[in-house]
Amino acid sequence: MKGRVLLLALIALVPLLAAAAPPAGSVNEDTVREIAAQLRCVVCQNLSVADSPSEMANQMRGIIRERLQAADTPEQVVAYFVEKYGEWILLSPPPRGFNLLVWTLPFVGIGVGLVAVLLLARRWSHRTARLPLPETIDPAMRERIEREMAELEP
Amino acid sequence: MPARPAGEGPADVDSDAFERAPTPSARVPGPRNPKPSSEGSWRWTKWAIPLSVVPLLVLLAYGFRTDPRAIPSPLVGKPAAPFSIALFDGGRLSLDDLKGKVVVLNFWASWCVPACYDEAPVLERGWRTYKDRDVVVVGVDIQDTEEAARKFIRQFALSFPNGPDPTGKISVDYGVYGVPETFFIDRAGRIRKKHVGAVTEAVFTGEVERLLKEGS
Amino acid sequence: MIPEIGYAMTAVALGLALYGSGAAAIGARWHRPALIQSSQHAALGVFVLILAAMILLVYAFLTFDFSVRYVAMNTNRGTPFYYRITALWGALEGSIILWSWMLSIYTLLVILRYRSRHPEFYPWVLSVMLGVLAFFLLVMTVPAPPFQRLTPIPPDGRGLNPLLEDTGMITHPVALYLGFTGFTVPFAFAMAALITGRTGDEWITVTRRWTIVAWYFLSLGLLIGGWWSYHVLGWGGYWAWDPVENAAFMPWLTGTAFLHSVMIQERRRILKLWNLTLIILTFGLTLFGTFLTRSGILSSVHSFTQGTIGAFFLGFIALILLGAFGLVAARGDRLKAQGELDSILSRESAFLLNNLMLVAAAFTVFFGTIFPLLSEAVRGVKVSVGAPFFNLVNIPIFLALIFLMGVGPLIAWRRASRENLRRNFLWPVGLGIVAAGAFRMLGVAHTLALLCFGLVVFVTATIVLDFYRATRARLRSGERLLPAMGGLLVRQNRRYGGFVVHLGILVIALGVLGSNAWSIQTETTLRRGEAFQIGRYHVRFDGLAASEESNHFKVTGTFTVANDGRVLAVMQPAKKFYPQEQTPIAYVDYLMGLREDLYLVLGDFARDGSQATIKVQVNRLVTLIWLGGLVLTLGAGLAILPDRRKA
Repeated sequence: MKGRVLLLALIALVPLLAAAAPPAGSVNEDTVREIAAQLRCVVCQNLSVADSPSEMANQMRGIIRERLQAADTPEQVVAYFVEKYGEWILLSPPPRGFNLLVWTLPFVGIGVGLVAVLLLARRWSHRTARLPLPETIDPAMRERIEREMAELEP
Repeated sequence: MPARPAGEGPADVDSDAFERAPTPSARVPGPRNPKPSSEGSWRWTKWAIPLSVVPLLVLLAYGFRTDPRAIPSPLVGKPAAPFSIALFDGGRLSLDDLKGKVVVLNFWASWCVPACYDEAPVLERGWRTYKDRDVVVVGVDIQDTEEAARKFIRQFALSFPNGPDPTGKISVDYGVYGVPETFFIDRAGRIRKKHVGAVTEAVFTGEVERLLKEGS
Repeated sequence: MIPEIGYAMTAVALGLALYGSGAAAIGARWHRPALIQSSQHAALGVFVLILAAMILLVYAFLTFDFSVRYVAMNTNRGTPFYYRITALWGALEGSIILWSWMLSIYTLLVILRYRSRHPEFYPWVLSVMLGVLAFFLLVMTVPAPPFQRLTPIPPDGRGLNPLLEDTGMITHPVALYLGFTGFTVPFAFAMAALITGRTGDEWITVTRRWTIVAWYFLSLGLLIGGWWSYHVLGWGGYWAWDPVENAAFMPWLTGTAFLHSVMIQERRRILKLWNLTLIILTFGLTLFGTFLTRSGILSSVHSFTQGTIGAFFLGFIALILLGAFGLVAARGDRLKAQGELDSILSRESAFLLNNLMLVAAAFTVFFGTIFPLLSEAVRGVKVSVGAPFFNLVNIPIFLALIFLMGVGPLIAWRRASRENLRRNFLWPVGLGIVAAGAFRMLGVAHTLALLCFGLVVFVTATIVLDFYRATRARLRSGERLLPAMGGLLVRQNRRYGGFVVHLGILVIALGVLGSNAWSIQTETTLRRGEAFQIGRYHVRFDGLAASEESNHFKVTGTFTVANDGRVLAVMQPAKKFYPQEQTPIAYVDYLMGLREDLYLVLGDFARDGSQATIKVQVNRLVTLIWLGGLVLTLGAGLAILPDRRKA
């Protein structure tokens, strides 16, 4: 569940990136680009329809434009391509069902890692008795020691 | 364990001394220390590290059995998208005109070497054999120049209807991602099979006969 | 005759490598110095044979000897002289030669440096390195032989992949493979440590500089790869999260983690198991990269060649991972940490978190890359995992890494006192916040950009503050300014080399941020003489010209770019038509600048030259990425210098 929440937070961040580019031409072109960036250029190996210089990608951008002009919403345009090509055409797997795994596992991993680091820190910190630095050293001296230590460090 | 030679660097000396002096007190210093039982469990759990690699290897080995270029089409079994195409010979052809017939819809390009060149004679022979039995072969030329396409048609003396798809609309409607791709559409207008790569005699005859047998 | 001679050379080299690997192992196990000696000679023989085979292949390329299949596949009579040499690594078989040759160089260097030092480790290191070499030579003899006779001899070859006709392609594979193969050295030492049971810090101390060298070349390879992608592929970006790019990025991430975590082991005697795991993973990932690229199990822009070698690589990866982790398990009892971790507010834990994030990033990339395979296996549905996914998931991880980059080097070991935190971080944190605020007022509305800016300023401030304080300390002891600064860099080259590398990474981060957040692009069709405006550029289409080059046909568009009526440049993007390629190759033209690049890609055009479609991008701050790479190079160079303090 935790992963899910993180994921939602992340998704909320997306428009920040996408909306960053100031409009180049008409607003419509930006929508075209936004949609094209989500789709895989089918003749290329791993480029988006927005990025690919290929003729096929060019035609696909044309189709996106045409559909938007025909008053399709961006979601409908994307759905049209998914209907024709399958989920494969989406450059990022829709976060539902089995695909949730790829979205959440990295963060679950980080969570588990954090817990492991904390546990290790706890376990290792009791391994040996610590000798606390005597607090009686005056601060100036202490600063000097620290500074010289810092200089010696790699 | 070989004897330690003289003349090792200082770092090595003390690290090694550290390594080799696992005094009992070093192992059992505090109250929270791992109990002997955890020493025992380590013996078994440690093999989990190498074993965790196994599923990954299995998955990668599975990868050999798949072809990253073969993407199953979600359109098989669905009604074929209607289209209307301007033919090279003039005139138009639309899918609606072909209702009740078995349609072999072939996407090709003149630059598609050698697959399109391999299948062109097959398609032409198939068209001649079956055209009187309610079978239509339709060629859609994609991402091509008209000049090169006409040359291709002349080269193979293609007589079935052929036309370009200048906007890519038909290609996308059929989920085409490369050439050649061939769709077999039944009499009811449903896509029954998508063939990727050059069509062979066996594929053509097999599919067409199957769809013809179904009757109308 | 060339195919037969070359094949014989690789086969003999394989025999020698196998013998040498076995001889070194036996010599180490039963103390036979003569066998170890003989193994050294075998290594020299392998090096000479691979070099000779390479020269032979280059000769075949230069003389258009199409009886060699590889030559016929990767060159034709029109290929320019220059690219006939680099065609050597234009495809799989030749890349493997280059790869093994570099590995044999590393092996020779190890022999030269260590033959009379570290006598317990050395023979095992030699054995492992020759073993790895033997694998690559096996690939060269069985599944992917560069020397294979082609009959009948064709009158002309197929030609080099046109995308590889670029200067970036000369240096990119060389740097990348020097990085990949370089990680064999620390890996071999790690294996030697495990085999001999001397799992202390010796192997770490010995391999530190080797690791930096490998890491540096890998970084360089990635950067040049980005440069190539940006300037040649014509899609306007430098990083597409393509499986093959990911394959090179993953060992970089784990290698970076390793580079940091060994410092902890050196000082604090913890993380032994972790370091071994990291180096095994890094080495395994370098092999995995080649496997991914060449096995054809995932589609990718870079899969220039495919063959049956996937199974060989998978077998070898299995052997390496199972063998190495098996050794780790067998030696598990020696790998207990002997140090301690006093507080979560300490440099140790900052480094642990850095490692966690780097490994998490590597895992994300790895899992994303193989997820389509998993999805197909489990659900039977093909999915794509591409740039939008990787960008999104990695952004928070990389921001965390930048933050830790500021914290790690300055926070105290063991336990940070409030005083230490205040002293080192008060000013930098303040500056970071002020900078973010200032940018906000300047009109940067983009939250992620502000966060990234703030973090970059914060980290830069920590570095500057540290350097300032250290210089001041030296000035107080009577040194003059420049000698004091120079002395610091040289005498504490590890620390300050690391800082310079960090600065390089920060500059790259700014470039990545700028290009993602503020680039603009458009695509438009222009008639001759027509112009349009993008950003501050006025772009006019002047016409098309066609020309016949040695191995292709080229259509060049001419565009005049002006700003406020002043002509900045005449740009000539082109399309190249190669007879052996189905689709034309874009030839990008760009106007580079520190602030932004103007990037033109020619699209469709009318035959008579009356109109052309052009894709125009104004890519902001991309140049910073290449500059950052330069800074990184300086820093890595500094860090590689021998450690003066011990001398």
